[in-house]
Amino acid sequence: MVAQNLIFGVIAVAMGIAAIRVVTTQNIVHAALYLVVVLAGVAAVYILLAAEFTAVVQILVYVGAILVLFLFGIMLTRAPIGRTSDLDNDQRWLALAVSLLLLGVLAGVLADAFDDTKLPADAAVQRSGEVGTSIFQVYVVPFEVISVLLLAALVGAVVIARRD
Amino acid sequence: MLAYAWVIPAVMVVSFALILFFGKRLPRKGHEIGLAAIAIAFALSTVCAVEWVGRPANHTVEPVAAEPHGEATASESGGHGEEEAGHGAEEAGHGAEEAGHGAEEAGHGAEEAGHGAAAPAAEEGGEHGGEGEHEAEPIREPVVSEGTWYENGPVKINAGIHMDGLAVVMLFVVTLISLAVHVFSTSYMHDDRRYTHFFAALSLFTAGMLIMVTASNTLQLLFGWEMMGLCSFMLIGHWWEEKNNSDAALKAFFTTRTGDIGLLVGISILFFAAGNTFDIAETNRAALAGQISDTVLLAGAAALLCAVIGKSAQFPLHTWLPDAMAGPTPVSALIHAATMVVAGVYLVARLYGVFWSAFDIGGGGINPIALVGGITVIIAALLAFVQSDIKKVLAYSTVSQLGYMVMALGVGAWTAGIFHLFTHAFFKGLLFLGAGSVSHAVHSFDMKKDMGGMRTFMPTTYKTFMVGTLALAGVFPLAGFWSKDEILLGAGENGYELFLVVGLVGAFMTAAYMTRCVYLTFFGEYRGHGHPHESPPAITIPLIVLAVLSAGAGLLNAPGIELFTKWTENEAVLLAGVAHHEFSLMTALIGGLFAGGGIAASYLYYWRNLGPHRLTERSGAAMAGYRLLENKYYLDRLYTDGIVASIKGPIARAAYIVNQRVIDAVVNAVGIGTRRAGRFTYDVLDQKGVDGIVNGVGLTAEEGGSVLRVLQTGRVQQYAAFLFGGVVLLGGALVLFT
Amino acid sequence: MYLNQFLLLAAFLFSVGVYGVLARKNGVLVLMSIELILNAVNINLVAFGAFHDTVAGQVFALFVIAVAAAEVGVGLAIVLLIYRNRHSIDLSEVDLMKG
Repeated sequence: MVAQNLIFGVIAVAMGIAAIRVVTTQNIVHAALYLVVVLAGVAAVYILLAAEFTAVVQILVYVGAILVLFLFGIMLTRAPIGRTSDLDNDQRWLALAVSLLLLGVLAGVLADAFDDTKLPADAAVQRSGEVGTSIFQVYVVPFEVISVLLLAALVGAVVIARRD
Repeated sequence: MLAYAWVIPAVMVVSFALILFFGKRLPRKGHEIGLAAIAIAFALSTVCAVEWVGRPANHTVEPVAAEPHGEATASESGGHGEEEAGHGAEEAGHGAEEAGHGAEEAGHGAEEAGHGAAAPAAEEGGEHGGEGEHEAEPIREPVVSEGTWYENGPVKINAGIHMDGLAVVMLFVVTLISLAVHVFSTSYMHDDRRYTHFFAALSLFTAGMLIMVTASNTLQLLFGWEMMGLCSFMLIGHWWEEKNNSDAALKAFFTTRTGDIGLLVGISILFFAAGNTFDIAETNRAALAGQISDTVLLAGAAALLCAVIGKSAQFPLHTWLPDAMAGPTPVSALIHAATMVVAGVYLVARLYGVFWSAFDIGGGGINPIALVGGITVIIAALLAFVQSDIKKVLAYSTVSQLGYMVMALGVGAWTAGIFHLFTHAFFKGLLFLGAGSVSHAVHSFDMKKDMGGMRTFMPTTYKTFMVGTLALAGVFPLAGFWSKDEILLGAGENGYELFLVVGLVGAFMTAAYMTRCVYLTFFGEYRGHGHPHESPPAITIPLIVLAVLSAGAGLLNAPGIELFTKWTENEAVLLAGVAHHEFSLMTALIGGLFAGGGIAASYLYYWRNLGPHRLTERSGAAMAGYRLLENKYYLDRLYTDGIVASIKGPIARAAYIVNQRVIDAVVNAVGIGTRRAGRFTYDVLDQKGVDGIVNGVGLTAEEGGSVLRVLQTGRVQQYAAFLFGGVVLLGGALVLFT
Repeated sequence: MYLNQFLLLAAFLFSVGVYGVLARKNGVLVLMSIELILNAVNINLVAFGAFHDTVAGQVFALFVIAVAAAEVGVGLAIVLLIYRNRHSIDLSEVDLMKG
């Protein structure tokens, strides 16, 4: 138990710092790299929560695909690679205030609602087989909808981005 | 091969896709794929045909009507197709010994059972003693291979093929004509701007037709049917840059669509009537066994008849077919002569059990199918006389001949109708391709202006065209003679004397207008410009092949041979107890006489210049008749002015009247009242009281607006900040105060 | 392990993501911040799934991942289009909604 908590602490701190760096760094490529740390951290949290399949998908999709997409986006928009001071707009204090307030409210609500609720300690690992069965039996309709959505997004992205 | 006949349409579908995607990049612009595919399809169809002919005929079917206990056995046999075959074979054993007195008994039995359709047919059996045995002759069992397409509860829809004689014949004819047209097109369509698309559409069209003829259920049939409708639209409008062509395409599409609604309705009715099945064989059995109530059956058959009228260009929806000649000539040959338009005829033949029971075809006298066919025969033939466009003559001729086929099916001469379809495909395909060859040389379709004397310029085209003409006119011993003779025989023997007369008059007119057409095109002086010359081999070879078939195909069912009957008759036809008739020399002679008379009359009129020339200038009645024909019986005008305008005009007018009289009056009254009240309000309340308040509010809003417009920056992120800020504040308030 | 440790982490990530969405000028960075928000939601889903011992949380997390992929694809296409039309992806210059 202690080990798990320790690991969680390390991961959480790393994610927190990385997340802050994502939104504050003045180097756009660094932001992408910090995002990798956050996403990998999320995958690690999934493993702590015994959701191994989701963790693997997280790595594959986010780190493997989405991040590469971001790097392409950075490259294609010829964003300044290297340090610049022009990545934030002029309402960052307003943004900081809003997000701190948000964090405060969320933290207050959570602390109030789940004060010392513990996760079941003996929770068995949820197997990928169960996940698959669940997707294709109980949630087959949302699954199909998602596939249509992906197709639409594919077509939409092509239509939006093509030169003509 | 029969069990794998689905490969044949599949080949054409693949060909369509390949041409569409890769055609333009190939050295011959895609026609090599189309040619290869149709050649394969034709070869496979031939294999099918050979296999079918070689198949042992061991499937015995007793006509429902001739059963001593008509009603009981019939419903049983309808319910269990499998059992029925065995039962039939058993019955056949003592069926022969019973034949003597059985036929008479059958008449009584059926009558007692109140089986309307059965009685006359059974009596026929009694009259022609020998035929009772003939009807029980075994046929080849159809090859069915299908899989489940969709299943949900009691509803199970199969997809597959049902290969019987009819399907095999159609496969053979369609692939053969299509092959000829493909070869012809490589030369005729040379350098066309949409050459590749043309071949792609030809492939898809052929695929649609093949899907339809092999279909084992009505749903699949509908699928192929609509595919053809689409391709027909694309091909008629192939040169859509000209308004005429795209108009013709739209007209063809919409007119056939009018009928197709009937097909959809009919299929739906039959689906429920036959007990939740689309299966054609089962539907036929159920209809013939009397399991379906007369009213339902009649409604279904009437709806299907609409589809036939639309697709096969029967009166009164025949108007699209002549206009469809706007498409390229090979298309006219393939679609509008030999294959697609016979889809309607095929539908009747395929669902013959339904039509037989619904319209009491065995009963003689008069019935809707025969009537539609008969009217079409005459009116289309009349129209063919006044055309100067060679393709239009052939188009009206096609309509007229389709009328013959429909009439044949309507008078209970099933084999004759299909046989006429079979022979007509050859000679009409030939005539159209011949017309295409001529027009290719003179660059026009106008017989009166640009043709004449073509026989010296184009000997091969001339000779083949003559063969086609004689075959169509029904000259012994070419194909048309035999098939037409069978129709006349059927009409006469089955108690449809009226349609025998119609058929004879039709034969006379067919011969006459074709002779006129030949005269204007190939004889007399050359009236065009330029120097026409014979077409290249890619055009003449299909002509020759089709000419040979036009000449010889009729012998297949000549008296004494009658192979065609044996090969094509299927279960539904035997269940219905369609009567067979011995060849009658008398009918043949009369038929031949009328055809010969037509040719002779036309010959005298054009070559010898005899007869009432310039009649239209001398006689008012003749002129009126000519005008009527020239305007195509004013049907087009009826459709556009009468139907479309009557829907469009009066509604608009009614709306206008309501607008002017009713609404305006109310509005005016309200207006006057309002004005008086307004004057008072303005003077007293408005100027003094309200204005002060309004101006005050306005000023406040303006002040407030100029403050708030600072926030309206158009920057999404700022809006988002307000959004999140608002959510947080509201959420926080919610948490704090509950 | 407490449930709250995961939820608080998620809340933190969410707030950071909101900050990024609000404060960043570069379109690509805004999209990255949206990913932070989506991941915070996913952590919540999986945590509650583990808490109630059901796979539904994971299933929905997977769906969210799929949606996120679609969103990034379309979002980047839009950013590219903006870049092509304006030669800049500065979102503070995109103010067509100004009335």
